[in-house]
Amino acid sequence: MPWDSATLVPLPVMLPLFAAGLTLALHRYARVQRIISVTALAAALAASVGLLVAADGGPIVVEVGSWAVPVGIDLVADRISAVMLTVSFVMLLCVLLYSLGQGVPEGEDDPGTTRGDMIPVAIFHPTFLILAAGVANAFLTGDLFNLYVGFEILLASSAVLLTLGGTAERIRAGSVYIIVTLISSTLFLSAIALIYGATGTVNMAQLAERLPEIDPTVRTALQLLLLLAFGIKAAIFPLSAWLPDSYPTAPAPVTAVFAGLLTKVGVYSILRTQTLLFPDNPTVDQVLMVLALLTMVIGILGAVAQNDVKRLLSFTLVSHIGYMIFGIALATEAGTAAAIYYVVHHISVQTALFLVVGLVEWRGGSTSLDRLGGLAKLAPGLAVLFFVPALNLAGIPPLSGFLGKVGLLTEGATVGTGLAWVLVVGSVVTSLLTLYAVVKAWNKAFWQAPSEEIESDVPLPRGMVWPTGALVAFGLLLTVAAGPLYGYAERAATASMDGHTYVDAVFPDGADRGRGESVVVGDDASDDAAQGGGHG
Amino acid sequence: MIVLENTPPAILVLAIGVLFGTGVYLLLERPLTRVLLGFVLIGNGVNLMLLVMGGRSGASPIIGNAPDGVRMSDPLAQAMVLTSIVITLALTAFVLAMAYRSWQLHGHDEVADDVEDRRVARHAALNAPAFEDADDTEPDQTLDEEAADVYDDVDDSDADGHRADGHKELP
Repeated sequence: MPWDSATLVPLPVMLPLFAAGLTLALHRYARVQRIISVTALAAALAASVGLLVAADGGPIVVEVGSWAVPVGIDLVADRISAVMLTVSFVMLLCVLLYSLGQGVPEGEDDPGTTRGDMIPVAIFHPTFLILAAGVANAFLTGDLFNLYVGFEILLASSAVLLTLGGTAERIRAGSVYIIVTLISSTLFLSAIALIYGATGTVNMAQLAERLPEIDPTVRTALQLLLLLAFGIKAAIFPLSAWLPDSYPTAPAPVTAVFAGLLTKVGVYSILRTQTLLFPDNPTVDQVLMVLALLTMVIGILGAVAQNDVKRLLSFTLVSHIGYMIFGIALATEAGTAAAIYYVVHHISVQTALFLVVGLVEWRGGSTSLDRLGGLAKLAPGLAVLFFVPALNLAGIPPLSGFLGKVGLLTEGATVGTGLAWVLVVGSVVTSLLTLYAVVKAWNKAFWQAPSEEIESDVPLPRGMVWPTGALVAFGLLLTVAAGPLYGYAERAATASMDGHTYVDAVFPDGADRGRGESVVVGDDASDDAAQGGGHG
Repeated sequence: MIVLENTPPAILVLAIGVLFGTGVYLLLERPLTRVLLGFVLIGNGVNLMLLVMGGRSGASPIIGNAPDGVRMSDPLAQAMVLTSIVITLALTAFVLAMAYRSWQLHGHDEVADDVEDRRVARHAALNAPAFEDADDTEPDQTLDEEAADVYDDVDDSDADGHRADGHKELP
């Protein structure tokens, strides 16, 4: 067959990875690096949009290197993966353009030393692209061990990005970050080892078939171990303390990417764990509900206490992870759909806010609410850029944050257990406190008389303003296109909850089901390999 | 029901336990190098666990190489261990570099507390607001006194003159 949507599936991983190699080799040529990075991410975005359309017809499966599943690794692009990929690449591209606007060409008088942070482009581009590849790999993979590899790729590159420049503050924040991520990765790998021991496979589709067959106690233990590992990555309370400590010190674009993406990869993994691998376990769902409530409330109380905008936003990030976990823990189609929509909304809005804060830091020379003031008068455009996503985060109608929350609350009320109602109330309270926190930031930074410390005439670089504006506009687009998008999320949720769509896509003819060993390498397997890659 | 064909040797299980236990102990230390050693120990424990989960060893897993009737080793577990070793190596190198940088900067490599968190905690201990009230002309005023002042000074047009001293450096 001449062309097939399966061709698109590896592109979001391969393009950034190849581009990373190229930019590393061409580190002396900053301009070439920039062109390569932007082109690669734009192409990956195009591929993701293609997948978004193609995956609506059903999951697309690619066996990597034509090694047949379950022995080989497969990439699976279903609706959830495709929608996560698309929004991630939109956001990665905006952040890359923003960082290009922030970097000042060598030789010129350098405002970067006082305003915001200069980004060493030579290291930044390859690392950023590898991060993109790791994220794409995590979203696409159909193999638990490959998911671990995806995590390691993105965590290693994120550790490099977090400690760019190696200042004292970043090394301190970076140590906390890397220790926590190492622990979570080790837990994840232990979980994989135990799952492999219990089932003899790490292929997610095959796991979905085999896990129901094992002892329920062992199964719950495995599930909890996986959730523990993903919970650290997703920053669910009480595993969230590392996040507000480590994120705010990084350069603004890096914080924006981390806030938008890294925790969401954790949430995505929890979603897969709960819907595909361990679908029916009400006890664990209830535990998740309680944790979601605590994450929401304690996160937002932390945000209220902060007086640094970056830290305030980091705490709201923790808090709003609770909403997504709430949706997943409801374990219904509508709940999962609302969680998917909320993830998409939150990636765009949280990234936009961190980019705006980068601009605020550039304009006002600080992110401390004690030092800022009067920015609405000094930079009205910046005020608008902050105001829209801030209200969106708080869930003011008719913005996408409101729609996502309505979906969650409606489903919480429909489920109607006592715990669900507590969560509904908690969500509303958290939403109001979020409004309080962002309004406080707004009052301190944008209203008041202009602080004398703020110079009255600092032009904002256009290269930074446009990508931020684009991302804010993307957030509004999520509101305008909420109908089709929510419909897509509902179809995604339905397909992921029915328990067979994913598995049928990976094993179309029912072959290899129920085989006890993972060492099925023989004539039949090589026959499969010969025709591999033709699925979808 | 899928069951491991044989129980793993007790000595290996014990070794995994010891590696995890000592690793966790070291993770709880402050210096980054000790934390790193803890991570390396746990990492080796996990690798050993993966290997044990692959089941009993056998002939080399190449088709046609093993004599008929002889069971082959599980190559997948070994492939996973190999990947994991490579990843551990890279991350170890990175953490070592970070410990060295920390030593360059501070003369030690201890992981410090969250500075901002300490600051907020100190404010809480003093029962002071984490935010400084920009409208507050006199410190230690109650809200009622402040309101009275504002009432007295409605005509005072110099409303933002106090903003410059609106922040102070906290230790």
